[in-house]
Parts: sequence; C-alpha cells; structure tokens
Amino acid sequence: MPRIGVFICHCGHNIASTVSVEDVVRFASTLPGVVFAGHNLYSCSEDGLNSIMKSIEQNELDRVVVAACTPRTHEPLFRSMCERAGVNKYLFEFVNIREHCSWIHAKEPADATEKAKRLVAMGVSKAALLEPQVEGESNVTPTALVIGGGLAGLTATASLAAQGIETHLVEKEPRLGGRLNDISTLAPYSEDASTLLEQLVDEVMGSEMAHVHLDTKLQDVTGFVGSFNVVLNEAGKKKELRAGAIIVATGALDFVPTGEYGYGDVAGVVTQIEFEKALKRGEKPGRVVFIQCVGSRQPGREYCSRICCNTSLKNALKVVEAGGTATIVHRDIMSSGTVWEELYRNASEKGVQFIRYMLGDPPRIHREAAGIVAEIYDEALGEKIQIETDRVVLATPLISREDSAEVGKLLKVPRDKHGFFLEAHVKLRPIEFATDGVFVCGCARWPSSAKETMSQALGAAAKAAIPIKRGKVVIEAITAWADADKCAGCGNCVASCPYEAIELVEHEGKKIAKVNETQCKGCGTCVAACPNDAMQQRGFTTRQLSAMIDSLVKHALEESL
Amino acid sequence: MTEFKPTILAFCCNWCSYAGADLAGVSRLQMPPNVHVVRVMCSASVKPEYVMKAISQGIDGVLVLGCHIGDCHYMTGNHRTAKRIPVVQKILKDIGLDEKRVRLDWVSAAEGEKFQKVIVEFVGEVAKLGPNPLKEVRF
Repeated sequence: MPRIGVFICHCGHNIASTVSVEDVVRFASTLPGVVFAGHNLYSCSEDGLNSIMKSIEQNELDRVVVAACTPRTHEPLFRSMCERAGVNKYLFEFVNIREHCSWIHAKEPADATEKAKRLVAMGVSKAALLEPQVEGESNVTPTALVIGGGLAGLTATASLAAQGIETHLVEKEPRLGGRLNDISTLAPYSEDASTLLEQLVDEVMGSEMAHVHLDTKLQDVTGFVGSFNVVLNEAGKKKELRAGAIIVATGALDFVPTGEYGYGDVAGVVTQIEFEKALKRGEKPGRVVFIQCVGSRQPGREYCSRICCNTSLKNALKVVEAGGTATIVHRDIMSSGTVWEELYRNASEKGVQFIRYMLGDPPRIHREAAGIVAEIYDEALGEKIQIETDRVVLATPLISREDSAEVGKLLKVPRDKHGFFLEAHVKLRPIEFATDGVFVCGCARWPSSAKETMSQALGAAAKAAIPIKRGKVVIEAITAWADADKCAGCGNCVASCPYEAIELVEHEGKKIAKVNETQCKGCGTCVAACPNDAMQQRGFTTRQLSAMIDSLVKHALEESL
Repeated sequence: MTEFKPTILAFCCNWCSYAGADLAGVSRLQMPPNVHVVRVMCSASVKPEYVMKAISQGIDGVLVLGCHIGDCHYMTGNHRTAKRIPVVQKILKDIGLDEKRVRLDWVSAAEGEKFQKVIVEFVGEVAKLGPNPLKEVRF
C-alpha cells in the first residue's frame, strides 16, 4: 500500500480566498492511501519546501501530491524537492487548483472547493499508481551542424568553432553570406555590411574546427539529440555525417510585390533590397519615396516584419545625407527601443518627411515626363497630395522560405502559420525547438535585425554546446514501452509514431513492438493507437488515467462530498 | 427541482490547451466550475476508450482539447486526434446518445479566451442535453 502525502497550497490568498483549504485537507486525509494531509501558505517557498520534506521524512511518505498552481512552471521545483527528500521524482503528482480552479471560479467559493476536492482525489488516485523511474542517458557526438550560411549561421558556426566544437556549416548557395551579400549598410549606425560579412567568413574559413559545405542541401536527418544522422547532398554528391546538435539558421526571403504600386511596370519602382543593392553599387539616390508595409499588416499577411521601418529610416537618412530628399509613407512607424527611436528622431530632424496613409487608401504611383508621381491621401491634412520623385522604394516584409517546410519536416520541428519556425516557448525557450538538440536563430524564426540575429545565433551556439560539452543527455522518463505479453505485433504503433521510434522485433518466436527510448519524445500517440492496451506511457499509463476517471465518477456522481 | 450541473471531464495536451487553460486562469477569466482537466502530453494519446469509459460511467460530457492543426508539439499528433474523436462521436450516436456530449476543439497556449469560450459553450450545451442517461444504468 502506498504512503501518500497530500499538500494543499494556500498560495497566499490566491487559492485560499476562494477554496476552503482546510476543507480540502480534511477531505484529502480520508482518501485511500493518504497517510498525511497538510497545507502550506506558500508551498514553493523555502519554508514550504522544508515543511513538505520534513513531513515526507516523519511520515515515511513514498508518494507526494501537491495541489497548488501549474505543473508547467512548478513541477521541476517539486520534483527536485522530492529527490532531495529521498523520493523518486516520478512519484510526484501535481494538482492544479489555482489556474484551473480558484482563479476561474472566484465568485463561487463553495463550488470551487468541491471541485478542488475532486481534482485532489483524481490526483491521489493517479499518485497511488505512479512508479519510480530511472532517467536514461545517451552519449553525444561532439559535433554540431548549422543549416544556413547567412549572418545567423556564420555567427553560430564561428562561436561553436571558437569553443573548440567541430562544426559543419551547410549552405545551399555557392557562396556564404545570404541576404547580407545584398545589403549596403546595417541600421542603426550604418556600418558597412560587407566588413561584418568578411570578418565572419574569414573567422569561419580560418578555423580548423569549422567545415563549410557550399552548394549543399539537407537530404535526410534521423536520430535524436546527441546522435543525429545527417545526409547531405553536396553539389550532387551524397555525404553522411553525425551531429550531436543542430542549429537551424535558414533565414528568410524578401517578399516580391506582384504588381503593387506599379512594381514591374513603372521604372524606378524597386523593393528595399533592390535599393540596398543600388546603394551598394554607389548609385546616387536622388529623390526617394519609401512606401512601408507593402504586403504586410494586411489580410493574409497580418504580421509586422519589424525591420522594414528601421531599414527605411536608415536609408532615408543616407538619401538626405547624399543631398537627396526622402519621404516615408507609412501606416505606423515601428521603431521602438532606445537606438531605434533615436534613429527615427534623427531622421525627422534631418528633414525626412513622414506621411501616414491608411490601409484602405494606399498611395497611387504613375510615371510622368518629369519623373514618378506618388499620389498620397495624407491622413493628417485630410487631402490628397502629390510628390514628384526619382525612385519609389517598396518596403516589403521578410517572408518564410518555401523550402523551410522541407527543413521543418526533415528535422520534425514546427512552423507557424506564416511558415516561420516556431520556438518551444516564447519566453522560457526562445531559441530552441521542443525537439531536443535542435535550435533556431535569426530570420528563420522571425524577421530580426542584424544585432538580434547575432544575439540569437550566439545564444543558439551556447545552447547547442551544452549537450556536446556534457557528453551525455538525460531522457525524461515519460517514454513509451510495449508490454510484450499483450503485444500482438500489429504495427499500429510503428505507423503512428511521429518520431520513427518504434520497430517490430523478434521476441520469443513472435514479433513485438520495441520502443527506442532515446528517440521517443513521450507524446503517447502509440498508446491510443494500440488496440491491445500493450503500449503504455510512463507517468500516463492507461491504469493511471483510468483511475482518474474512476475517481471523478466516484466523487462527482456517487458521493456527495 | 434543483438546476442540473453537468460533470465534465477534459483532456488537455501539455503544450497548447493545458497552457491555454493556465492562461485563462492567469487572466482570471471566469467559467462554470464543472470541468475537470486531466493533463496528457498530446491529445493524440487520449484513447477513445477513456472517452467511452467516462461516458459509459455517467460523466455528462467529455472535452478533448489539443493544439491547432499544424501547431502540434509532436508535429502530426493532433491529426490522429482529429480522426479518432469523430469516430467516438459516431459510436455515441449509434448507441442512442447525443454525440454532442463529446467535443473536440483546438486551443493554443495563447488562447485563454478561446478556452473560456469552449468551456462556457460546452457546459451550456451539455446542461441543455440533461443528465447522461447512462448515469442510472452504468455498465
């Protein structure tokens, strides 16, 4: 019989002002297997943790249930507390009575208290069936793979190589640099982009630890953190290598307008990146009208590409400094942050004109003998104005690369609805994927400035170095396994696994499923696919989940609490 | 007669819908206290048997909430959920129950309001259906 301890958290007033904690404690102490039920003002405080650990020792508890906030933030803390108290961390169960109860039923204290009791009962019924787990470990190949040889990929490669990690940099084009090759200067301080690029390329090419593969595409990736098997197509030749960690730095593309503002018809109407190339060639800019948000912040592509306002500000300043005139026709100037706001102010002071237009009434562009004429409805004046200009620069957003879908599929990492790669957590894990050992940086993730791209690349390189430097990776024990007695070898699980972690093997004269635990990510898809109840997931077994359902039936339907 | 308050079980995936439920909580979005969330790693791990078990034992409604299609933490897990749950709904219909007692929906980690909306709607719908008739003849 398990010895379960239940700890109900007041969370100050957060829980206790709605849920009667004392009531829930009294109820919990009557549940089967519970030998101790108590409460804490703040369970996660040092005092709270110490009191729980003391209680574990005094009551010889072998299962711990904490009813408090969400496991998504606090499970690691309580798990490590259990370990310190000598209880396997997988014998801990979290019950959420704050986010899922007190906070959302603030005006119904009686009902909230009854619900908290049922949730605690469900947690206790699962806890009784928890089993200790041993976390697996696997070796790490001390090599990194970086996909994409632009600013992000070069920065990450240089950093990894400087840390003494052998790094393969894969670039599908015949030269390094990506979009940086086309850019003249970098906002906000107008540094020469080619100087930065040359420095980075020299650093990478000069390092013994960095291996550059140009004209090379990713063909196949299998495996998992610590030992990815990578197949490259290097200028038509197949090449295989192994890597412990992978960084995705595939960048983004400039949106090319499809006829908007006379692009393609009216000579002198160019995109921002084409204007960058012209500046790089040393062309005199003359009179320039910049139109912002061409193809972004509109139905179908709602996002703000973030870098276009700052790029236009930077280039408008260059135009003015070269003796030309610059007008930025915008919907909102997005130049937040200290240096960027200064750039905006600087542009205003130096004579760059700003005119606001509305999404429903965009500027009209046509060519006359004297030059291009931009007809703009000025929202502030409330009337139409005409500007004669030599060039119209369309600030188009960065869009995701079409082939990022392929990279995403090969690496089994998600992309958002716009095709940009999706990090594991916007705040807690901003440069890594949920797939362990795969990281992301730069514009592949979201339109980023050069500085942001480099920061992310350095972060990704530091993160990727962790498993490689440690030499071992821990595998969370929520993996699946097959019960050999129940398995009929049908292969449903093999087909259902998104990670190709299951195979059929010979076992005592029959075929059964076998899970490669280092490859299993613990989604449990195979559990639902199994018609024989043979597939089980650690921490989420069918017995444990059934017990929770039984408990809800018992306490909600059979007994009035 | 006292007002009927349905008992509802909800399976939420760890990465999207459970996080969405957390966000609803953090945002203090109020909703009826009938729903009991069970956390699973992926909506694709919800065995149809769990849903059938809950309904057959008298639970008034079962929600299965996952990540939006295309956003699954496990890439394509929810594609399977999207195929499985309609099968469960069909079975319910075939045995004479209202298939509206089981609902599948997608709630992202950023959709606290959507979570609230789904809960309010579902509790309302199930309340309208009345108590699960299997409550008295549980098998």
